[in-house]
Formats: sequence, structure tokens, C-alpha cells
Amino acid sequence: MLNQLAALGRIGIGTLQQLGRGHLLLLHILSGVPALFGRPRLLLNQIFAVGVLSLLIVAISGTFVGMVLGLQGYYILSQFGAEQTLGVMVAASLVRELGPVVTALLFAGRAGSALTAEIGLMKATEQLSGLEMMAVNPVKRILTPRFLAGFISMPLLAAIFSALGVIGGYFVGVGLLGVDDGAFWSQMQAKIDLHEDVFNGVIKSLVFGLVCTWIALFQGYSALPTSEGVSRATTRTVVHSSFAVLGLDFILTALMFGE
Amino acid sequence: MMHNRTTEILVGAFMAVGFVALFFLSMQVSNLSSSASGEGYLVDARFDNIGSLKVRAPVTMAGVRVGRVSEISFDAKTFEAVVKLRIEDRYRDAIPDDTFAKIFTAGLLGEQYVGLDAGGSATYLADGSQISLTQSALVLEEIIGQFLFSKAEEGAGIE
Amino acid sequence: MSTDEPLVRIRDLRFSRGERVIFDGVDIDIPRGAVTAIMGPSGTGKTTLLKLIGGQLRPDSGSIEVAGEAVHRLGTRDLYRLRMRMGMLFQSGALLTDISVFDNVAYPLREHTGLPESLIRKLVLLKLEAVGLRGARELMPNELSGGMARRVALARAMALDPMMIMYDEPFTGQDPISMGVLVELIRSLNDASGLSSVIVSHDVAETARIADLIYVISNGKVIEHGAPEAMLNSSSAWTSQFMNGLADGPVPFHYPAPELKVDLLGGA
Repeated sequence: MLNQLAALGRIGIGTLQQLGRGHLLLLHILSGVPALFGRPRLLLNQIFAVGVLSLLIVAISGTFVGMVLGLQGYYILSQFGAEQTLGVMVAASLVRELGPVVTALLFAGRAGSALTAEIGLMKATEQLSGLEMMAVNPVKRILTPRFLAGFISMPLLAAIFSALGVIGGYFVGVGLLGVDDGAFWSQMQAKIDLHEDVFNGVIKSLVFGLVCTWIALFQGYSALPTSEGVSRATTRTVVHSSFAVLGLDFILTALMFGE
Repeated sequence: MMHNRTTEILVGAFMAVGFVALFFLSMQVSNLSSSASGEGYLVDARFDNIGSLKVRAPVTMAGVRVGRVSEISFDAKTFEAVVKLRIEDRYRDAIPDDTFAKIFTAGLLGEQYVGLDAGGSATYLADGSQISLTQSALVLEEIIGQFLFSKAEEGAGIE
Repeated sequence: MSTDEPLVRIRDLRFSRGERVIFDGVDIDIPRGAVTAIMGPSGTGKTTLLKLIGGQLRPDSGSIEVAGEAVHRLGTRDLYRLRMRMGMLFQSGALLTDISVFDNVAYPLREHTGLPESLIRKLVLLKLEAVGLRGARELMPNELSGGMARRVALARAMALDPMMIMYDEPFTGQDPISMGVLVELIRSLNDASGLSSVIVSHDVAETARIADLIYVISNGKVIEHGAPEAMLNSSSAWTSQFMNGLADGPVPFHYPAPELKVDLLGGA
């Protein structure tokens, strides 16, 4: 009995230590942001690695999610003779929820795991120590640009996801199933609020971008410097990011849309 | 580093596409811009009550869409709703000026739209002309209210 | 620069990782202008010692002075300033894998000097020439052999003209030719550039060839130190076993175990 209690305590203490280290790392990363403005080149390269390389999967997923929403929504709404509200349904679910959340999950799988593996390998091959011995701060030099790139890329990726999803839903709903073109857009524009829906979606994806990139960098930076350690850290990145995104989404939704 | 220029161009393209997507979401998906633009001519119709008619709702004749609602405003003098209908150009000089405009609901929960019933006049609607014969939207609550009221009266009569 | 003052002075260094004591009262003096080797069996914390000198780790107690500055008490800014005057060659080379050989060597120059690109190019080519790899400047690190990667790393470590270079196991896993190249390079660079070198290694023959001074450490303590010849002919049984690679001696061949007879019969 006492052993179980001790085990629980150990887990609790370990988690708190992890969290503490994570926050210290975040502060350290953020302290490097001002210096980055002098070297936009570093940021540019990372936006390429984090954003541009995730673009394809995000674009394809967005289009298909929108098309499926159009199809499913039509079948259900047409039973009530309300298929003109298809646009609202597609756009609301994309802009409010699916855009930020699914993009963040894809981001964790595509960019997050790659970031962890890259940082972990740099650690395992002593590149980070090497930088330190060259009097270069590896956190500010390597981690900060990647962090900022993730933070900037995520809302853009989520916007692309949602926009392509709406177009995909339009293509299926209006193009294939014959929902009225004007009703699709007019209902959508009437019900979707710029502030309430679009801005809140952007805020969500900013939060997700911060959390996903942070987790990926922290896992890479604290990975054991062996191939096994790096592969485990990569898995942890995807799992932790997914949990964090889904949990935070619930909290953010409750805060934003609850009265 | 490798291919500086390519990286720059691709990052630029990515950010541009991202901002276009955001712009699209703001302008096209949400209610920021709802100015119906485009071709066609404008006709006014006045209603006592337009229910939940929206800008860009379809305008139909015999079930075929001939235009859209382009603007809705309230006339504080007559206490009427003024609905501007934009009729497509190919129906210019085709709709009689004694046409009857009526607000319908598509299905039980569906969107409201404007239905036009052609009249018999030999002169046609033109840009800026007004449809004088209109019928307001059916407001569900009113109908239910009337129904219950009449039932109650019936019941009272029997007693 | 007073010559009799040692470049690195370590006094009563104690350091442990968790429960495990790695250094238990170590005193080391590393003289200027010489090649000093720190030798010992695997797992005695030789790499840890370099990290302590470089300020990447902090000792539990004791002092480490490099060029008169107490490394373990420096703030980040001063530590970084000091590190610009130290080069370190990691076992794997630790080259940045996403940039070319040229950019790797140019990296510390671009980070710290703000020199014009034309001058950086000249400096980098000179450094690469010194390690014989000027022709390999366009290659990526993954196209290099292990020995070449270490030579590039050496050129990079020298880029800022440091006062001292630390070598972490420079000979491990090298074929005889690249081993010979590295041995020559370390010695000649040391003498030509007026550097001080610290080599951490357990390759006795190669190290003894170039070192001026050898420290042998084991179990957290300095066992003995002196010139290579003195160490090879040491009267200490332990040093003699290590330097001559004998299978049995003070370090037993057998891992501690009960008597074989007891073990065999006990299982029956």
C-alpha cells in the first residue's frame, strides 16, 4: 500500500520536475527572440522546414475533410429540408474546431516529430555541446528560430486548412449535390461571425502552435542522447502534443463560446 | 545554405497563401462583406414582414432562380421592409411590372427566399422600378398562435 | 603571459553524478605550450573532465582555473567569452550536419567576429589547408570519413585562434593512416601555433608518442603523472598494467564473483 503511494508520489514529483524544466526552457527560448530580429534568415529557413513542408499534408487533409463534411452534412440536413444551411455547418465546424485542431494534430505528426528528431540527433551527435563550446548558445541559436517558426506557421496552416475545407464542402455540396449556390454562401456569411468564429479560431491555432512546438523542442532537447532515446522522444512528442491539443481545445472552447 | 532563393520564394508563397486563406475566411466565409455585387438590374419590393430573409437569398420564378436579394433595409416612415432584388440581366424586359412577390420558406427549417409570380402586364420591370404586390413571410409563431386561438374559440363555441 | 604559471589549474575537484562519484579530490596542472594527456580506462570520466574545464558542467566542490579565471564561478557572458579562447574537438566531430565543410569552419567566425565575407573565406581556406582538406570544402559532413570529419572539426576548433584545444578521444575508431595523420596534426599544430593541447584518450601508444606530460586517472583519483617514458616504466603496478595493456593485474580479469567451485556446485 505504502509502496503504491510512494510510486504515485514519484510520478507526481517527476511530472512537476518535467513541467518546471519545460517552463525554464520556454523562458530561455523566449529570451532569444529579440536577437532573432537581427537575423531573419534563420527564421526564414525554419518557416520553410516547419511550415512549407507541412503545407501539402495540411492542404490535402483540409480539402478532404471539407468534402466529407459536405457529404455527411447534406445527408443529414436534407432530411430536415435544411440543406441550405450546409455552408454554415461546414464553415462553422472547420473554422471553430476542425481547422485548428486537425491542423495541430497533423503538425505534431509532421513537423513536431521532425523537430524532436532533429534536436535529439543534434544532441546525440554532440552538435549542441559543440555549439556551446564555440560560445554559441544552442537554445537561442537553434531552438528559438524553430519555436517562432512553429508559432507563425500554425495559424497560417490552420487558415489554409479551413479555407480549402470550405471550398471542398462547396464543391461537394453545391457542385455535386445541388445545394443552392447563394444560399450556401449567404447562410454562411450570416451565421459565421468574424470575431466570434474566425478570430477565435486563429487564437486557438496560435495557442496550439505554441504548445506543439514547445513540446517538440522540449522533448528533443531533453531526449537521452542515444538512438533509442531520440525515437522515444519522437513518440512522446506526438502523444503529448495530441493530448495537449485536445485538452486545451476543450478549455479554450469552454472559455470562448461558453456564456 | 542550400538554395537560398528557392527557400525564400517558397516561404514567401506559403505566407502569401496563408494570408489569402485568412482573408478568404474573413471576407467570404464570415459576415464582414455582404455586398452582393455583379450583373443585373435592381428592383425594389416592400414587405410588412420579411421574417428571416437574408441578403443573397435566392429570388425565384416558377422555382427557377432568376436573381438574389442584394440589400435589405427598413423604411422608418412606412414601417416597411425594403428589399432590393437583383435580377439577372438575361431576364431584363421579361418580368411584367404587376408581378407578385412573396416570401417563402424552403422546407420547415429551411432558408427563406423570394418567389415571384408573373402578372399579365405588357410593361416590364426595369432598373429601379418597384413591385407593389407583395405578401409577407409566414411567421411560424403567428400561425401557431392563430391556430391555437381558433381551436380555443371552437372549443368555447361547443361548450 | 608568464610561462611557469599553468594554463589550467585544477585543485581538489569533486564531482558526482547522482550516487556515482566520478572525481574524488583531483589535482591537475596543465602547462602552457605543451601537449598534456589525461589517460585512464573507459568510464573514468575523462570526457566529464573536459566538460568541467569548458564550463559545461559545474563541480560539486574544488576549483578549476583556466588562464587565471575560475571557470566554475563565471557568469554566462564571461564563460562564453572564455570559451571563444578554447577549442574543443568532440569524439564524433560534432559538425553541423546541415551545412557544408566550409560553412562549418566559417561558423564560429561568422558568429563572433563580424568580419567581411571575403576575409572569412581566406581564413577558412587557411584553416582547411592546415588540416589538408582545402579541397573538401564543398562536401557535406555526411560525405566525410570519420578521420576527415575530425580534421574538419579541428579546423573549426582553431578558427578563432584559441589558446587551448581539448581533444576528446581523438584516436578512437580510426584506421592506422588517419590515426597517424591526426597524431602528426595535433603535435605540429600545437608547436606551430603556440597552443596548449589537452588530450583525453585511452590509446596508449599514440598518446605516448606526442604527449609531453601524462596524467593517469582511475576511480576518481590521479594515480600518477609524469613524462611518457617515466609512465611506461612506472613502478606502480596499476600504471604499468594500464600503460602496457596487461590482462591481469591490480584491475582483475574476473568481475568480482564467488569461487567458481561454489557457483558450479551451488547450482546443482
